[in-house]
Amino acid sequence: MVDMSVRIAGVEFPNPVIAASGTYGNGECYTELYPISKLGGISCKGMTIEPKLGNPPPRIAETPSGILNSVGLQNIGVHGFIEYYLPTLKEEGNVIIANVAGATIDDYIAAAEALDASNVDMIELNISCPNVKAGGATWGVTPEGAADVTKAVRRATSKPLIVKLTPNVTDITVIAKAVEAEGADALSMINTLLGMRIDIRTRRPILKNNTGGLSGPAVFPVAVRMVRQCYKAVNIPIIGMGGISTWEDAIEIMLAGACAVQMGTAIFTDPYSPLKVIDGIADYMEQNGIKSLSEIVGQCQEW
Amino acid sequence: MYYCGKYPIIEKKTLAKGVYSYIIDADEPADEAQPGQFAMISAPNYTLRRPISICGIDKERGTLRFVFEVRGKGTEEIASLTEGESLDVLAPLGNGFRIPDGKKIVVVGGGIGVPPLLGISRCSGELCTAILGFRDYSKIILEDEFRENGSETILCTDDGSVGQKGLVTFPLAEVLEKGETAAVMACGPTPMLKAVVKMCELYKVPCQVSLEQRMGCGVGACVTCSCLTVRNGKEFYSRVCKDGPVFNAEEVKFDG
Repeated sequence: MVDMSVRIAGVEFPNPVIAASGTYGNGECYTELYPISKLGGISCKGMTIEPKLGNPPPRIAETPSGILNSVGLQNIGVHGFIEYYLPTLKEEGNVIIANVAGATIDDYIAAAEALDASNVDMIELNISCPNVKAGGATWGVTPEGAADVTKAVRRATSKPLIVKLTPNVTDITVIAKAVEAEGADALSMINTLLGMRIDIRTRRPILKNNTGGLSGPAVFPVAVRMVRQCYKAVNIPIIGMGGISTWEDAIEIMLAGACAVQMGTAIFTDPYSPLKVIDGIADYMEQNGIKSLSEIVGQCQEW
Repeated sequence: MYYCGKYPIIEKKTLAKGVYSYIIDADEPADEAQPGQFAMISAPNYTLRRPISICGIDKERGTLRFVFEVRGKGTEEIASLTEGESLDVLAPLGNGFRIPDGKKIVVVGGGIGVPPLLGISRCSGELCTAILGFRDYSKIILEDEFRENGSETILCTDDGSVGQKGLVTFPLAEVLEKGETAAVMACGPTPMLKAVVKMCELYKVPCQVSLEQRMGCGVGACVTCSCLTVRNGKEFYSRVCKDGPVFNAEEVKFDG
């Protein structure tokens, strides 16, 4: 048995595969298929300090090798999460990450303070949701906005802090550096790319929100490129995500610079895909004599 | 329990143009399945599975049956599979119909909304009256099978080419007028569902509706297949996959 563990901001994951926020609920949905302890960690459904209704449906559309979604952060609120979901998650899962969003800085602070008092393992700051009018990605598209939220949340919690970046920017390294300077312990990237589909019969957008976030294999090369850019620009660890569906994808994005991965859309295609990726990485390590995944992180040799 | 795996197709039939019936050999999911539940079926080369209602459950043979219509390229891929190949299925999902024991019920189906109702007819037999609406004679499916279950079956077509001409709500009103119906269960296009719900309100008969929505995971995780619902005066988005697909009609806000 190979040692697949990875350590991020002082938190040890038994393996590097984490369920991505918004694709795994709060861990309760797939337990009828397999125990959530098989995953290295779970990033829970994006939460806000107050419960949020979300956007009107339709909220999802298929695209070539991917999907668009416009859920709009429907959630039961941080306190509901802590009360209803967190105890079971902590009991049954490995690393539990609370993904936090907000409309204002005060929202982020309130959520972070509430979570700071809970036994969640890490906080993932969502400054990249493309589907809400206020907050979300509006913070993450400028270095000033990203820095302000990170700074405020850093003060509000001593939990390890991951900042989740949006790809919908001109230069992602500027944002990465800005949040690193304000005390982010790690980055996770990429959130979805803003997209749109139109029904040619009705001449209406398929999504009621008109636009939505693109994810799935279609965005994988963008994720690899951006992880690579940030790996070279910052010194904090990166959790790579964006269209990872096979173990080969996971190894590829690790070679680009990610020390762990999150999987999302692939779980809809095949609920067992995270487990297959874990097994595939284990076989790859064994066959290549890799003792620790840290040996391959960032080891792409560029031309 | 959910099951996710590849199950052999043991029978494939074409029921009408673009409407197919598959029976799969799937012991465990069949053992768990209830009428009104659905499956997420993988469309080869597509990212999202397609939600397809369970039309038949044979617990003795250990089979599940799906009847679906080709709506786009994904369902076209599923329809291109043949006997001997397998169907990649995640099932059984969602909440089925709640069928009152030993009481008269009415099922109302429109078009491709008819298949999930066949399981109710199978359970309730002669206690079930089926009112089935189709665009025209060429679209009629499963009528014989409702009759074989012993259910009185009333056909309606938009153009009157077979059965009564017009909406399913006309015969529904006639049946409800008798005052013997304990529950109505409906599946079909939204305008039909709205009309059926209104009629049930008029006659004060409880109604369950099976809803459809674009879906992501099928198990309640992604919160994309939402429908606006109201409970205790409070509006919120329910998940069609996990909280439904069958809802009590009074909870559903169709214009949400």
